[in-house]
Amino acid sequence: MPTAMDIYKLLPKKNCGECKVPTCLAFAMQLANQKAALEACPYVSPEAKAALEESGAPPIRLVTVGVGDFAVKIGDETQLFRHDKTFYHPTVLGFMADDADGLDAMKTKISAAQSMSFERVGQMIRVDSVVLRHSTGKPEDFLEAVKEAAGAKLPIVLMTEDPKVMGEAVALCPGKRPLLYRATPQNHDAMIGLAKSCCFPLVIGGASSLDELAQISDKAKKAGVSDIILEPHTSGASSMLENLTVIRRAAVKKKFRPLGYPTISVLGNSDLDLMRAALGVMKYSSIVLMKDVPREFLFSLMALRQNIFTDPQVPIQVKPGLYTIGEPSEKSPILLTTNFSLTYFTVRADAEKSKVPVWLLVVDTDGQSVMTAFAAGKLTPESVAKAVETEKVKEKNKRGDIVIPGMVSRMSGKLNELTGLKIIVGPRESSGLPKMLKSLGG
Amino acid sequence: MAFEAPKEKYQGRIREVVIGATKEQGGTRRASIVAGGSGGLQFHRFDAEMPHLPLVGMDVVDTVRVVPDQLLSSIGPVTKEPVEWAKKVDREWGSDFCVLKLLSANPEEENRSIEECVSLVSEVLKSTTIPLMVYGCGIEEKDSKLMEAVSNAGKGERLFLGLAEEKAFKSIAAASMSNGHGIVAFSNLDINLAKQMNILLLDFGVKPENILMDPLMAALGMGLEYSYSVIERLRLAALMGDQVLQMPILCDCSCAWAAPEALEENPDRGSPEVRGVFWEAMTAYAAMVAGADAVMMRHPQAVARLRAAIVDIAGGA
Ligand code: B12
Ligand code: SF4
Repeated sequence: MPTAMDIYKLLPKKNCGECKVPTCLAFAMQLANQKAALEACPYVSPEAKAALEESGAPPIRLVTVGVGDFAVKIGDETQLFRHDKTFYHPTVLGFMADDADGLDAMKTKISAAQSMSFERVGQMIRVDSVVLRHSTGKPEDFLEAVKEAAGAKLPIVLMTEDPKVMGEAVALCPGKRPLLYRATPQNHDAMIGLAKSCCFPLVIGGASSLDELAQISDKAKKAGVSDIILEPHTSGASSMLENLTVIRRAAVKKKFRPLGYPTISVLGNSDLDLMRAALGVMKYSSIVLMKDVPREFLFSLMALRQNIFTDPQVPIQVKPGLYTIGEPSEKSPILLTTNFSLTYFTVRADAEKSKVPVWLLVVDTDGQSVMTAFAAGKLTPESVAKAVETEKVKEKNKRGDIVIPGMVSRMSGKLNELTGLKIIVGPRESSGLPKMLKSLGG
Repeated sequence: MAFEAPKEKYQGRIREVVIGATKEQGGTRRASIVAGGSGGLQFHRFDAEMPHLPLVGMDVVDTVRVVPDQLLSSIGPVTKEPVEWAKKVDREWGSDFCVLKLLSANPEEENRSIEECVSLVSEVLKSTTIPLMVYGCGIEEKDSKLMEAVSNAGKGERLFLGLAEEKAFKSIAAASMSNGHGIVAFSNLDINLAKQMNILLLDFGVKPENILMDPLMAALGMGLEYSYSVIERLRLAALMGDQVLQMPILCDCSCAWAAPEALEENPDRGSPEVRGVFWEAMTAYAAMVAGADAVMMRHPQAVARLRAAIVDIAGGA
């Protein structure tokens, strides 16, 4: 962000007050604090405006690919380390369909990408994009696949270095905002021209050094293309780590504009590529494209992505309260747990397996797990007793007992004293719930 | 506008800690190994020197009580026999070191006697030649006597004994000091507690070159993000010059097998056997990328995946 002084230098210095602030300097101060918009001054020159927008822009540009509910946003990161604040935009994962495999295989992969989604700790996680790659001499299958993908929801990445074929593909997905892959040192004039005319985001790659990459990106910028994704050259995880780190540093710490864009890593499905995908998620790849990866791996990778991109200050949590599983009655057991999402959804899934309807009393532990909350004094007999009170547990359930997690058996006595409920110590792991609930009855 | 890549220079450096002792050094290991030594973030060889690749060790537990069924069946029947298990770790699975966890000493569980436990340690030492670490059962009263006996039995071997915790470190620290062994300092996901633990050990008289830090690795999906950031912060603090935090970091990634998601039956997420291997490999990879100098794992296939990835990210060697 520019300082008030930087801004002041670019203002007209008429002190006319039309911006509703008495002086240009006061207006500059408001701008610096984001309390005013530049438009309020009718006299700023176009040059000053451009310069101010440029210096006020985030270190890494925010780029959107696709449209509608499934559009993905990448970039706009401000940190090198997640503990310094947070990482904002999770790595976009894409599945590749190659026309070398034939049209039928491409169609299968397009639908596989669409259906690859999981629910984890209450969030939907999914493959976010479908990649169509043209690597044969004949573009018919590729273009046919583009039509197919354009009819579906996920954002599309179009992969060809032939500007003519790219032009035809772009014409098949108007309004879909696909990502164009890619402009290289060989074809960049034509690709930049194409990206400018359709206003779709463009990958720049194939350069032999970051310096060359920066030069092409600068050229694209000057030609009017600003939604850019960078693909640094890589020959393995080592250069991947180096180049992605250097780009992130140059953008965030040096504000080096030509590298201030999101990044992409294109991988295959070798054993090494799978681990490189994980590296990309941890170390600054905004987009990771993969081909034919096993779902066991994909699910693990998505869990990693979720972990790395959670806000370090706020655990993923659910609202405290009295939840139902199935349709519990006055005779159904009542289970106690915490409002950490991981804990809640684990317990919920295990209780559901039992097919026994139950009440689930979720106490507020600021989103901490059972043991963490217990150790931190956030899950105490007193806090549980209070929740029993406010949620009117005894009115909804007339059994007069409550099942507590096995790990906190130590609070039984005091909890019984405070609530008058009979305390049933459950298993240590909620995976033992189905067995226990069946024997408890309801 | 030639672009110049921004480099990071740090004034601090991670200590080199030697694990195990060869015949010349007074032990019986075929080689001793070194953890640490980096002058920058892990694998950032474009910034600073990284003389040693991170170490990959494997654990052996003396009771199958804690080992999930899928793992028992895929690692094979050796897991019922700790000595055979340790031999595999040494000869077949390419581990740099072995960690023997004497969980059966736990008075609330099997309550195996100290004599039995120590004879297992001796047997493992006799049957293997990679450096060894020995962990107690986590119950202080038992561990204090157990570790003293283990220390004597492993005299000269430069074992690493674990785990020293804030409220229970004196007896284990004494045990490690009495025969020239090292110690693993455990702390609970908190950079200040990690520092505090090291200070306690140093004040007690333990030499800094005999300490490895275990800041608690939480598995993928089970709080990995907390560990990832704590490790990164520990590493950065050490590189900035905090000498009390310049000990190498050891992460126990076998915790991946206790994550319900690693092994749950859920066809949507593929087969548990395959998923478990990825779960552990990825947990360990995250630990290393964040800054671990050594990891401890359990599944040979996960070890193989991690090894290949280390060579790849270290640029070949
Ligand atoms: C991640 C983590 C943290 C994170 C917090 C994560 C969060 N949002 O809760 C952070 C880093 C913040 C943290 C902090 C601390 N932690 Co912590 N933490 C962990 C860790 C690694 C994982 C916890 C977890 O997410 N578990 C997964 C969830 C799903 O488990 P759960 O909630 O217990 O649920 C299971 C069971 O309890 C049961 N269950 C749950 N509900 C119910 C209900 C019923 C009816 C039944 C039957 C069963 C059941 O089933 C679930 C699935 O198996 C554990 C160690 C480990 N590997 O387990 C330590 C651990 C829990 N932490 C511990 C400690 C001591 C702390 C601190 C006090 C230490 C410190 N640094 O000061 C602090 C406290 C925080 C504070 N001061 O505010 C100790 C607790 C020791 C003890 N015996 O009391 C542990 C066990 C580590 C250890 N070995 O020492 N921690
Ligand atoms: S309107 Fe423009 S020129 Fe007039 S005082 Fe405000 S900033 Fe200055």
